[in-house]
Amino acid sequence: MDPTACPEITDALLDEHNLSREEYQRIVELIGRAPNWVELGVFSAMWSEHCSYKSSKPHLMTLPTQGPRVIQGPGENAGVVDIGDGQAVVFKIESHNHPSFIEPYQGAATGVGGILRDIFTMGARPIALLNSLRFGEITHPKTRYLLNGVVSGIAGYGNCIGVPTVGGEIYFDECYNGNILVNVFSLGLVKADRIFLGNASGVGNPVIYVGSKTGRDGIHGASMASAEFDDKTEEKRPTVQVGDPFTEKLLLEACLESMKEDWIVGVQDMGAAGLTSSAFEMADRAGLGLELNIDQVPMREDGMSAYEVMLSESQERMLFVVQAGREDEALTTFRKWDLSAEVIGRVVEGDRMVISHGGRTVLDLPVKAVVEGGLAVTRPTKRPANLDDNQKLDLTKIEIPDTGKTLKHLLATPTIAHKGFVWEQYDHMVRLNTLVLPGSDAAVLRVPGTQKALAISVDCNSRYGYLDAYTGGQIASAEACRNVVCSGAEPIGVSNCLNFGNPENPEIMWQFEQAVRGLGDWCRFMDIPVVSGNVSLYNETKGEAIFPTPTIAVVGLIENADRHCTQNFKREGDRIGLIGQSLEEIGGSEYLKLVSSEIKGKPPRLDQALEKNVQALCLDWIQNGHLASAHDCAEGGLAVALAECAMSGEEMLGAKIILQSTLRPDALWFGETQSRIVVTYSPDDEAQLIAEAKKANVPFEVIGTVGGNRLQFQLNGDSVMDEAVVALNRIWTSSLEEYANRVG
Amino acid sequence: MLAKIHVTLKNGVLDPQGKAVHHALNDLGFAEVQEVSIGKYLELQLDGVSEEEAESRVRAMCDRLLANTVIESYRFNLEL
Repeated sequence: MDPTACPEITDALLDEHNLSREEYQRIVELIGRAPNWVELGVFSAMWSEHCSYKSSKPHLMTLPTQGPRVIQGPGENAGVVDIGDGQAVVFKIESHNHPSFIEPYQGAATGVGGILRDIFTMGARPIALLNSLRFGEITHPKTRYLLNGVVSGIAGYGNCIGVPTVGGEIYFDECYNGNILVNVFSLGLVKADRIFLGNASGVGNPVIYVGSKTGRDGIHGASMASAEFDDKTEEKRPTVQVGDPFTEKLLLEACLESMKEDWIVGVQDMGAAGLTSSAFEMADRAGLGLELNIDQVPMREDGMSAYEVMLSESQERMLFVVQAGREDEALTTFRKWDLSAEVIGRVVEGDRMVISHGGRTVLDLPVKAVVEGGLAVTRPTKRPANLDDNQKLDLTKIEIPDTGKTLKHLLATPTIAHKGFVWEQYDHMVRLNTLVLPGSDAAVLRVPGTQKALAISVDCNSRYGYLDAYTGGQIASAEACRNVVCSGAEPIGVSNCLNFGNPENPEIMWQFEQAVRGLGDWCRFMDIPVVSGNVSLYNETKGEAIFPTPTIAVVGLIENADRHCTQNFKREGDRIGLIGQSLEEIGGSEYLKLVSSEIKGKPPRLDQALEKNVQALCLDWIQNGHLASAHDCAEGGLAVALAECAMSGEEMLGAKIILQSTLRPDALWFGETQSRIVVTYSPDDEAQLIAEAKKANVPFEVIGTVGGNRLQFQLNGDSVMDEAVVALNRIWTSSLEEYANRVG
Repeated sequence: MLAKIHVTLKNGVLDPQGKAVHHALNDLGFAEVQEVSIGKYLELQLDGVSEEEAESRVRAMCDRLLANTVIESYRFNLEL
C-alpha cells in the first residue's frame, strides 16, 4: 500500500483499526482532510482504549492524587513519592494480559521488561518486581500451560536482568478461563532532584532513538489489547513480541549512566504503540512539534513500511531528546553499551508532527489532535441485572462441616496453597536488599545506605468485586494497606491496575465506576495518593467477562528497618491476640466456594473507621517493638491465617486457640471478615496491649498461646481440631506444586 | 523410522540467541557473518507406524509439544 494514499474507508477497514465511524468523522474534522494509511494507523493506536483511556478517564479523575510526599502523580511513565533524605521511590503496576494469554512466556517476560523501562526511564534504578496473576480453574485444560509459561517468563526476564521478584499473589477462578491476568509491578529508587520526564522541549534539540532495532513485532498491540477475544484471535498471533533481557540490562545501565550527565532534556520508553505514542506524547507535553525521519530508525528487517515502523512494538527501545550540540556525547554513551542509537529528528516550532520516509512526507498531523482529540466517551452504566440474585445466600442450606477437614481442604485449594514452587523460580534476593522474602503479607526491602525499609503488597479479591464492585475496590485497597502495615510500614502511595470486561457493556462500566469509587473512598479516607496505574479493559472472551479485578499495589515506608515484622509465630509461650472482630460473613468466601461451589452472597463489609484504627494500632505496636508477628486474615479466614502463622516460619510452631463465640462456627473459623489481624506478643505485655486497644476503641481479644507442634482449636469448651502442623504444612506446600509439575 | 525435525523461529520474530552469537562471531573476527538465526534439531526414532501415520503423528507432536507454534515453525522429514 502507498503510505501517502488515502485508503478507501470501509467498515471492515475501520473495524481492523478499532475505530468507529464517528471517530473517523472526528479525524477528518480535526485535520481537515482524509487521513492517509500511516495516519490512520497512528490514530487507531493513539485513540485505542489502551493509549487514550477514553472510557476510564472520567472515573480516574475522581481519585486522590495529591499529597505532601507526591513528587509526580499519574500521567508520566510512573509515579514518584518522596521517602525523605533526598530520596524518592518510583513505582507503577501495569497489565500484560492479552499478550500473556496468546504466548504466556513471552507475554509475561515483555510485561516485566515494559514495567522496568517505565521505572528507569524516570531515572530510577529498579530494585523490586512483584506480580499479581489470575488464572482459570485448575481443571481447565489450558491453565497449567498458562501458569507455567507465565511464571517461567517472569523468572526468565527478571532473573536475567538482575532485579529481584520479591512478592505477589496468584488466584485461580473460572472467570479467568478465557482471559488470564498478568499484572506486573516495579519499584525503583531515585534521588528526589534527579527525576526525568517525557518531555520534548527546546526547539532544535535532537530526538534520539536508543535500544534494540525495530522489527515487525506486535504491530497493533495497543489495538489488540483493546478488543475482545474471539475464535479468530489465534490468527493475530504473529504480533507477539519477544523480549531480550540482556539488551534491557544494557539499556538500563546506559540510561542511568547518561542521566548523570546534564544533556538529557526528556526521555520516554516505547511501550504500547511504540514510536508513535512516545513521540506524540513527548511533543504534546512540551507543546511543540517534531520532525522525524523514518529512514534513520535502526531496523531489523528489510523493506519495513512507515506504517510498520511507527506501530511496531519491538521491545527494549527508548526515545530521548537531548540538548542541541550534545548529540555526539549522547550517541557515544549509548553505543558504548552496544545499543543502536541514531538521531532520528528534531524538535520544531509549532505543534505539528511531520514524518518523512524515503524522501516523502508520510505523516503530517497536529500533535494535540492526535493526543487529546479523541472523542470523550461517557459510557452508560447500569447495575447488573443478576446482582440481587447473586447477593442472595441461604446459609441454612449449608451444613456446618468438620473444622479440621475443612481447613485441610482450604489449605489445598490453589488460591490459598503455598506458592513456593512459583517464587523459588524467581531470584528474590539478587542485590541483597530483601528483608522479608516472598510468602509473607508484604515484601520488605532495605533502602541501601539508610535505616529505612520499604514494604510492598499487591492485592485484589475479585469475588468481592463481582458481588459488590464498590466494596471490592474498597477492600482491595484496604487489604493491601493492611498487608503493608502488618510488615511495620506506613502506607505512602498507591498504584492501581484496573482489569475489567468490555466497557461498552453498561453493566461492566457500572462495575468499573463502583470499584474506582471504592478505591477512591478508601484512599481519600486514609489520605494516601494514587500516583500511577493502568487500565485493562475488554478482558472478555465470547461475552464472558472476568470478575472486576482492581489490583492494588501499596508501597509503605518503615523508618527503622530493624522494626519490620513478619507473619510467622516466633517464640514458645507467646500470647496470640486478634485485633478486630469476627462477624458472620461467609458471602464470596473461599470457604463458601469450597462447600457449595458457589460465589454468592454479600462480600464482607468494610468499616473504614474501624479499619483505620485497627491498622493504626497494629502499626503502633510494631513500631514500639511489642509484636513478634502480625498476619492479616484474608482468604480462608481466621483458621487459615492461624495455620499460616504456624507453618510459614523456618521453624514451625504450633498453637492452642481457645475461643468463646455465638457465631456459626464455620463463619468464625473461615469467614472473611475484614479489619482483623492475628498478632503475637510476650505475655508480659498483655495487660498494656489490652489497655491500649481499649483506649483506641479497637476490639482486641486474647485467643491463645504459641507452643508445641500441633495446631489445636477449642470452641466454647469443646476441642474442634487437633492437627500436627507438619501434616497441615505438607498439604499446604504440595498441592499447587504437584499440580504444576504434572505432565499431560 | 527416523524423523528429523527442524524447529526455527518464524520470520520477523526477534532471536536474542542468534543476536548474541552473531555479536560473538563478529568479535572473533568473522566479519563476513551478516545474520545468525538459531533453532533446534530433533531426531525421533519411530517404530511400528506406517510412513503415512508417522507423518501425521510427528506433526501432532510438533504442534503439541516440540514447537511453540505461536513463534516457531517446523519442518521434518522421515527416513526409513
